[in-house]
Amino acid sequence: MTTLKKSDHAAVPFWRDERYLKIIIQVVVVVLVVLAAIYLVRNLLTGLEDLGIPLSFKFLGIESQFDIGESLIEYSRTSTYARALLVGILNTIKVSFLGIVFATIFGIIVGIARLSKNWLINKLAAIYVEALRNIPLLVFLIFLSTSVFHKLPRVNEALSAWGWAYLTNRGIYVVWPQPSAGWDVYKWFLLGSFIIGLIVAIIKYREGMRTGRMPLYWLWGMVVFVVLAVVSWFIALFIAGQPMYLDFPSLQGRNFKGGKSLTPEFMAIFTGLVVYTSAFIAEIVRAGIQAVSKGQREAATALGLSGFQTMRLVIFPQALRVIIPPMTSQYLNLTKNSSLAIAVGYPDLFAVGSTIINQAGRAVEVILIMMGVYLTFSLLTSLFMNWYNKHTRLVER
Amino acid sequence: MTTLTPTKDVLPPPTERSTVLGWMKKNLFGSIGDSILTILGGAFLVWMIYTLIVWITTKAEWAVVTDNLQLFMKGQYPADADWRLWFLLFLLAVIVGLMWGIAIKRPTGAGWTLLIVPIVLAAWLFTLERSSWWRLLVIDVLAIIGYLLGKRYPSKLSRITYLLALLYMPIVILIVRGFGEDGFLFYVPTNLWGGLLLSLLLAIFAIVFSFPIGVLLALGRQSKLPAVKGLSVLYIELIRGVPLITLLFMGQLMLPLFLPAGITIDRVLRAIVAMIMFAAAYMAENVRGGLQSIPKGQYEAADAIGLSGWQKMVFIILPQALRAVIPVLVGQFIGLFKDTTLVALLGLLDLLGIARGVLANPNYIGRQLEVFTFIGLIYWVFSYGMSYGSQRLEAVLGVGER
Repeated sequence: MTTLKKSDHAAVPFWRDERYLKIIIQVVVVVLVVLAAIYLVRNLLTGLEDLGIPLSFKFLGIESQFDIGESLIEYSRTSTYARALLVGILNTIKVSFLGIVFATIFGIIVGIARLSKNWLINKLAAIYVEALRNIPLLVFLIFLSTSVFHKLPRVNEALSAWGWAYLTNRGIYVVWPQPSAGWDVYKWFLLGSFIIGLIVAIIKYREGMRTGRMPLYWLWGMVVFVVLAVVSWFIALFIAGQPMYLDFPSLQGRNFKGGKSLTPEFMAIFTGLVVYTSAFIAEIVRAGIQAVSKGQREAATALGLSGFQTMRLVIFPQALRVIIPPMTSQYLNLTKNSSLAIAVGYPDLFAVGSTIINQAGRAVEVILIMMGVYLTFSLLTSLFMNWYNKHTRLVER
Repeated sequence: MTTLTPTKDVLPPPTERSTVLGWMKKNLFGSIGDSILTILGGAFLVWMIYTLIVWITTKAEWAVVTDNLQLFMKGQYPADADWRLWFLLFLLAVIVGLMWGIAIKRPTGAGWTLLIVPIVLAAWLFTLERSSWWRLLVIDVLAIIGYLLGKRYPSKLSRITYLLALLYMPIVILIVRGFGEDGFLFYVPTNLWGGLLLSLLLAIFAIVFSFPIGVLLALGRQSKLPAVKGLSVLYIELIRGVPLITLLFMGQLMLPLFLPAGITIDRVLRAIVAMIMFAAAYMAENVRGGLQSIPKGQYEAADAIGLSGWQKMVFIILPQALRAVIPVLVGQFIGLFKDTTLVALLGLLDLLGIARGVLANPNYIGRQLEVFTFIGLIYWVFSYGMSYGSQRLEAVLGVGER
C-alpha cells in the first residue's frame, strides 16, 4: 500500500498557480509596454536631435510674428507663441460654449417637433435630422463657409434687416448695447435687481415646497427683476445720465462700424456645429421622451394637467435621466469637433497650433500641448455633466 | 327563456373614415396652433423645393461633376486595375442578394430600391460613358441570382453567406492593394488610392484592424489585474479625449519620428495608422458594452463546467458579446466613413480632398455648390443606406433580442 508523501500535495507548479500567474502577467505586460514606450520615445528624441530641434518648450516665449483674425484678449504679432495658443484656447472655449448652448436649445425644439402630432412638422423635423446626421460635418462646414457665409453680398450691397443687422461677406453686424455715462451707477442697480429677483424666486419656491402648490417661481423672479431693472434705469438716468445706448452698425467708408461684428469664419463654424449637433441632440431628446412610459402621460392628463404642464412637470424631468448621459457625449463631440474650425479659417486652438507648427517647426511640443488642452476640456465637461447627472438623479426620490 | 335581440337593427359603430380631408383635419389642422404651424411649414417647404428646382434646372452646371466622375470615384487608381473594383462590387451584390434571399422571405421596399438604384445609375452613366453602364446591370442580375439562390437553399447557403459577409472587408483590402510587381493582381501603391475609393478603404482598414485591438482593450478594461486594466483605461480615455484631427496630425508629423531612422511610410499609411488607433478606442467601448450585456450566469456556468479563463472568454463570452455589438459596429463604421473626410485637411485626396482639388481648377471656379451637393449626396446615400440596411437586417434577424 502506497502512502501519499507530502511533496505530492504541493504539486501545483508556480506557473499554474493563480497567485503568481496574476503577478507574472502584469509584470510582463508592464515591462512590454514600458519597453515599447522607451523604444519609441528614444527614436523620437534622437530623430529630433538629428533634425536639430531637440524637444524643448522654450519656443513658447518667442514672438509669434503672425496675426490672428479674432481674439478675446489683446494680441498682436509681437506677442509670444504662448499667448497665441492662449488666444486659440479662448476661441475654442467661446465657440464650444456658445455652440453647446444653442445646439441644446435647437436640439430640444427639433426633438419635440419630431414627436409632434402635426404630420408636416413631424416630417420636416425628420428630414432635418436624417439629412444632417448622414453627412460628414467637415463637408457641411466647408459648404457653409464657401457657399453661404462668403457668398453673402459685398459690404456696399449688404443685406439689411431694417437697419438692426447687416449681412455681408465680411461678416455679420448686429446692433448691440454699449455702456455710456450712467452705466457705472446702473450696473450696481442691475446687480441688485437680479439678487432681489433671485430672492423672490427662492421664497416663492420654498413657499411652493411648503404648501404643495407650486407657483411659477421663475416667472415671479423674472418679473420682479425686469420691473426693478426698468425702474432703476430711470433712477440712473436721473442721477448720472443714460446708462446704455443701442449702437447701430453703419457703413462708414469701406466697412461697417459700430454694433457687434461676427466674422464669417466664426459664423461658419458656429452655425455648422450648432446645426449638426442639434440633429443628434434632437434624436436623443426624442428617444428620451419616448422612453417615459405612456402611463405617466395618461396619469398626468387624468390629474387634469395641461399639455405644457404635463411636459414640464411629468415627462421632461423623467426623460432627463435618459437624456443626460448621451447628451454628455454630444457635448464632448461638439468640443472636439470645434477643432475642424481650421477648415473654415476660424483661429481656434488647433488652427493656431498648426500655424505654429508650420512656423516654428515644433510639431511634437505643439501636438502635446493641444492634446493636453483637449483632454482637459473633455475631463472638465464630463466631470460637470456627471455632477449634473447625479443632481438630476437625486431629484428622483 | 331569453331570446337574443336580433342585431340587425343595431347600427354598426361609426367608422373613422379615412378621406383625404379627414386625414388633413386630423393630422394637419387639429387646432389653431397646428394650423399656423402647418401653413408656415408648408410655405417653407414649398419655397425650399421651388428654390432647389430652379437652381438645379437653370443655374447649376453639372459639367464639373460629369467631367471628373472618374476622379471623384477612384482618384488616380490605375485604369487597368479597374476590374478589381468592379469584381468587388459584383461580390458585394451577390452577398447582399444572398442575405436578402435568406433573411427576408418576400421583396421589400428596401430591396426594390437596391435594385432600382443601379438601373437608374446605369441609365444615367449610359449618357456619360458607354463602356461601363452594363456593369451596373450585371450587379442587378447577380443580386437577383443571389436572392433566388438564397431563397431556394437558405439552410445550405446561410453559413457561407455570413462567412463571406464577415470576410468581405479583408477581401477588399487584399484585392484593392494587390501584391507582387506585376501579374494580374499587381501592387497598387497607396498614394494612387483616391476619391470615394480611398474614403471607403480608410473606413474599412480602420474597422478591420481596430477590431482585434479593440477586443483586447475591452477585455483588458474588464480585467481584474490592475496594471492591465489601468493601461487599457489610460489608452481608451486618452484617445477618446482628443479630437481625431490631432491624432491624424500626430500620425503625419510624429509617426515618422517614432520609427527608427531609415524606415519611411507614406502619407496614406500614416493616416490609416492614426485612424486605426482612433477606432480601436471606440471599438473597445462598443465591445465592452457587449461584454456587459452578457448575464453573469454565463460566466458562472462556464466556470462550473471547468473551463479555463481563456476558454471561457473565447468559447462562451466573446461569441455572444460580439453578436450583440454587430449593430453598433455598423454605426461605428458609418461614423468612421464620415470621419475619413478629415484626411482632406492633411492634403490627402479622399472624396472631399478631390472635391477641393477640382474646385481649385480655374475651369471650375465658383462651382462649389454643385460639387458639395454631389459629394454631400454620396456621403448621405452611403451613410443612410448602411444604417437603413442594418436596421432592416437587425429587425429580421432579431439581433440583440435572443
